[in-house]
Amino acid sequence: MVTGGVTKFAKAHPAMDFRLMVKRAYDYALKGIPNLTADRIDGTRISYFSDHFSRQLKAASMVQDYLGMNPKGSVRIEWGGATGGECFQAGYEAVASGRMDVCLTAGYETMSRVPTWKGNEFIALASDTNFDFPLGGFYTGYYALMVMRHIYEYLRLTRFAHVKDEREAQRLAIAEGSRIMSLVSVKNHRNALHNPYAQYPKKLTVQDVLDSEMISYPITREQICTMSDGAAVAVLCTESLAREFTDKPIRVSGVGCGTDTMRLADRPFGKVPLMPNENAKDYAHLPYPGVHSFRAGRAAGLEAYRMAGITDPNRELSFVELHDAYASSEIQTYEDLGLCRYGEGYGFVERGDPFLKGIDYGFPVPRAGAIPVNPSGGLIACGHPVGATGLMQAVFAFWQLQGTIPKHFGDKTLQLPKPKRGAIHSHAGTGSAVTVSILERGFA
Amino acid sequence: MRPRPPKFRKFREVQAELDRSGAAIFEDAQGVESLVIRYPYSITYIHSYAEDSPFFLGLAEGRLRGSHCTNKKCGFVYATPRGHCMVCATPTEWIDLPKKGKVHSWTTCHFGSEAFLKETPYNLALVEFEGAGSLLLVRLKDAQESDLYVGMPVEARFEPSPKYSVTDVWFVPQT
Repeated sequence: MVTGGVTKFAKAHPAMDFRLMVKRAYDYALKGIPNLTADRIDGTRISYFSDHFSRQLKAASMVQDYLGMNPKGSVRIEWGGATGGECFQAGYEAVASGRMDVCLTAGYETMSRVPTWKGNEFIALASDTNFDFPLGGFYTGYYALMVMRHIYEYLRLTRFAHVKDEREAQRLAIAEGSRIMSLVSVKNHRNALHNPYAQYPKKLTVQDVLDSEMISYPITREQICTMSDGAAVAVLCTESLAREFTDKPIRVSGVGCGTDTMRLADRPFGKVPLMPNENAKDYAHLPYPGVHSFRAGRAAGLEAYRMAGITDPNRELSFVELHDAYASSEIQTYEDLGLCRYGEGYGFVERGDPFLKGIDYGFPVPRAGAIPVNPSGGLIACGHPVGATGLMQAVFAFWQLQGTIPKHFGDKTLQLPKPKRGAIHSHAGTGSAVTVSILERGFA
Repeated sequence: MRPRPPKFRKFREVQAELDRSGAAIFEDAQGVESLVIRYPYSITYIHSYAEDSPFFLGLAEGRLRGSHCTNKKCGFVYATPRGHCMVCATPTEWIDLPKKGKVHSWTTCHFGSEAFLKETPYNLALVEFEGAGSLLLVRLKDAQESDLYVGMPVEARFEPSPKYSVTDVWFVPQT
């Protein structure tokens, strides 16, 4: 990867349609590297999630057209919430296969074109329309079902194992889980105070998050990402060309993708696919993935780590930008990606591992900086214009690895000291598809 | 000539104007004007339940049907039926599920998609059945948020005038 650009994500951008948004992100990306002119680009991969939101079929052709890319090769990429992550990997494949020397990946979404609750309906159409959608199709509801079981498996049966009354034990476990999910929300919103691209930077407290409107028990409004308008682009090229464009190229050293059943109800109760540093004994009695974990995320992580030669992700990654559509799924994803073991996600947050050093969160974070997760603010605070989101993560990770966050954000707070390797994670549906890509500093 | 549509600086006000007159101008902080119009869209699909049809016909008869894999080495039992086994791809056969089960997980939705907003709050539950390897997603009625818990025994109720939708079955706490 040699450059990237992002528009500021916003609730609505009425003065820019999707073509102009992509153009702005594209211009920003090209501005910084004068040797990369449009004629050097061999083709494009363009992503947006929903034809319902766009109400313009083949909208990617209009992006191609507006950027002046005709008659170069292009294809539209769509894979639910993982659309942006898939687009990034499609660009990687175009270059790695030898088909292109330079590939432009671009993504966008314009979700402001319908009211929020209609938007939720469009998104819920990405659940089985025979068996799931008619019951009250609502993604926050699905994620609430998943975290409720996660809380049962990993808080009720552990921290509250001593409580004899079953219903009291579950009530205590839910309260504990809600509190810890709120720590994640506070982290991401406060990180975003230093990211000028973020849609909802906020100085929240745990109490603010808990007191925000209950959307689907136990998930509250501040634990959920919002709908956004936005675009992002990333330019990928061969290793031999990269230095011609920048002296700070970033190497894509691993790509992975995993899948799972569309319906939550069909998720099996089997065995955990193990990370190299895990032991089957640890999970002897854990039915997996059930509805509490994302097998697709684990599979994507395993594939990407294998390719990048990572055997202990917690030690070998400098940071992770992951798909926190919900504070709950951020915690579930720590475990899927092997940042901690299954069942340790809540403790991982409480100890402070995924927090940044040097930011006041309003509570103690003893291990801050251990492995920062969503230093940018993630989806919860940056917004989630679906087709752009995975590419936004690629751009933030790219700047982070280059050490150019201060330049692009105008604020050095979020810049990690010399990060070597980061992971980006893009997640679709109720976990029906997940991508993980590994990016590494490609310069001394 | 039609007069220029009214101009607003707040997008929320633009939306309100669209409901009134169908057109408005949005002016952003830089003074750029954008014409915004109302743009409706509705459609009725001709939807076949195809291989899932016996499940929906069963609900109309007060039957809760799952399926099981016909491969003797596999035999996976599905509480949400599917025509072919997801483990070994063998065709499945229809079976009757017990009408009683347990809550595997649950939530109460205080908001929902536009289509379901007026029904809030409602409970969703994943139900597990004795002998089945997968779950069934249902509405859980006659119970409030404070009544619900993982492991709660529940039983099926059927719509007396079927709509041929998965909502023709719902669950209630076992009495």
